[in-house]
Amino acid sequence: MTDIKLGEVSKPARNAEPVVKLAPPRSQARDIWDQFKTHKGAMTGLVILCLIILAILIGPFVWQIDPAYVNPDAAKMILGRNKPPTWAHPMGTDQLARDLLARMLYGGRISLAVGAVAMLISVFIGTGIGVLAGYFKRLDGPLMRLTDLFLALPLLPLLLVLMMLFGDTVRKVVGPEAGTFLLIVFAIGVTSWMSSARIVRGQVLALKEREFVLAARSIGTPARRLIIRHILPNVISPVMVAATLGIAGAIITESVLSFLGLGFPPDFPTWGRLLYDGVDYMQLYPSRVILPGLAISLTVLSVNYIGDGLRDALDPRIRGR
Amino acid sequence: MLPMLRPRGRTMMLDAPAPALVQVRDLKMYFPIHTGVLRRHTGDVKAVDGVSFDIMAGETLGLVGESGCGKSTVGRALIRLYEPTAGSVRIAGDDILSLAPEALRRKRPEMQMVFQDPQASLNPRMTLAQIIGEPLIEHSGLNPTDRLARIYELMDQTGLNRRFANRYPHEFSGGQRQRIGIARALALNPKFIVCDEPIAALDVSIQAQVVNLLEDLQDRLGLTYLFISHDLSMVRHIADRVAVMYLGRIAELSPRDALYARPLHPYAEALLSAVPEPDPDREGSRQRIILQGDVPSPANPPTGCAFCTRCPKVMEICTTTRPILAEVEPGRQVACHLYPSEARSNQPNSRHAAPSGSTGGGSSQHQQHGV
Repeated sequence: MTDIKLGEVSKPARNAEPVVKLAPPRSQARDIWDQFKTHKGAMTGLVILCLIILAILIGPFVWQIDPAYVNPDAAKMILGRNKPPTWAHPMGTDQLARDLLARMLYGGRISLAVGAVAMLISVFIGTGIGVLAGYFKRLDGPLMRLTDLFLALPLLPLLLVLMMLFGDTVRKVVGPEAGTFLLIVFAIGVTSWMSSARIVRGQVLALKEREFVLAARSIGTPARRLIIRHILPNVISPVMVAATLGIAGAIITESVLSFLGLGFPPDFPTWGRLLYDGVDYMQLYPSRVILPGLAISLTVLSVNYIGDGLRDALDPRIRGR
Repeated sequence: MLPMLRPRGRTMMLDAPAPALVQVRDLKMYFPIHTGVLRRHTGDVKAVDGVSFDIMAGETLGLVGESGCGKSTVGRALIRLYEPTAGSVRIAGDDILSLAPEALRRKRPEMQMVFQDPQASLNPRMTLAQIIGEPLIEHSGLNPTDRLARIYELMDQTGLNRRFANRYPHEFSGGQRQRIGIARALALNPKFIVCDEPIAALDVSIQAQVVNLLEDLQDRLGLTYLFISHDLSMVRHIADRVAVMYLGRIAELSPRDALYARPLHPYAEALLSAVPEPDPDREGSRQRIILQGDVPSPANPPTGCAFCTRCPKVMEICTTTRPILAEVEPGRQVACHLYPSEARSNQPNSRHAAPSGSTGGGSSQHQQHGV
């Protein structure tokens, strides 16, 4: 080994060369977006999801048929039942001659809102409980037993009881539709956070022993900032996966509840409801099942891809490859 | 092969004896063992079992010993990353172990730590600027512009190119990562830095760079180090005094040159005989002392001297009475029954006898106080 002038490297003089305009530390949001853009699946998912959201937001204003309209003239209604797609009804009509496109557009609003809000609730509870249980040793036992308790509860009966007990009260307070929405979202949220709580707890337990957390403690970072700055960004991947899967789960659970008569009223269109209505006619009119099914699948798939891309983009080790 | 190490250009304070910056007294760190269905407390792993030492301002105390002897635990308990079981640690006047959380938080800037694994000690999701800036955000109250200026200043001090500010830890080599860790430790102008095996994870040429950087910074900023390492030759290079640990206790605490020239404690002797000699002629005549057996479990240390199960010079008394770390020669403290000392007879005093800050031995100057 040649004689290296050790120590030279550490002299400040080396960096005193005329400082070329140094870019200030870039915002991380930009880095993340730059990386996200390179993920083809995620970009496709984002475009599709945006289209779906645009359609359900603007669609009902363009396609102005009332989704709940049933022709009062019984003869016309019977004649117009179960029609295949035509220009008047691009997705055909259902067993009560209601326009399916209008029902899909309206239903999408409810389904997406339920999926997103229920997912947010469940991820929020799950991450919160997971982080608290993992980080604070004293809370670990009680919180994890609580999680076990929720896991051990049979979900469907619990949901049914919840709806029965609180349904009327809540509906009275905030109105029938908002009440049902709140109730469903809450019910789905509080019954689906357990898996993410367990995953997050496991990750936090491992992270807590990493030296960078010790380093932050030696700096004197208080627990809450330590969690926000060091723990949460490092558990984002499993949370993201749980969240994207959670949306799909919530949409399906909502349709199950509606099907059992405990969600939205039967004439109220949601994607899950349309799917279940269509099941009876599946052999004669497969499009009745395929269309709402496709809508749910497309949403879930695009959300999954977005989650995938976001997870990659948030990880600096993958970023820039 | 070791790259050429720079000769030490340390400016030593020769004037009046100052009180030690760090005073550790009878530090104990027991990790409880819980067994059985009821998780009952059945014993303790005595990782650190009554350790006392002083570190003078501007001095480097080396802490050596084999794996699992409690070196790192001492370092971490010292700045209260663990809650020690007993003992006291005074750093610049304050008893660290009894400070309330908020007072401890305000005290943190004075004592910092450089970690062993530079990869693990940096958050992979933060940029270099964020990592170095974290202590500044927590304690300094600088506005973003001043903070960035300080971050750049620290990067200059530690030999990191300013253009690296936006990069993430995985984009750096091991040596650069350790520099980031050092820059972070320096951010708040600490007085005392615990270096917990800062070079163990680096390859040899980088080790020298990092050690030289640490020395440079010590000269420039007047830092005090506790340098934990198992690399005996590196400790010889950087430390002023060296403490040899065995099974949670200090076996010998001596000035560096004296220790390496003539280790007193049988364990120190055995440990130092393992240092390879670069000169092949002398290497041939090197007498290695091979110890028999294994290190006893720290959960169940032997009664008496911790080293009595493996000591080549074991005596009757060693298995029954625990030797106290006491001064046997000026500046040299040994915990061994081989070296009778009047201090050992009156135990409570001896444990608290202020260790001399002498750097004695061969080339360094002599300076004594306290004893």
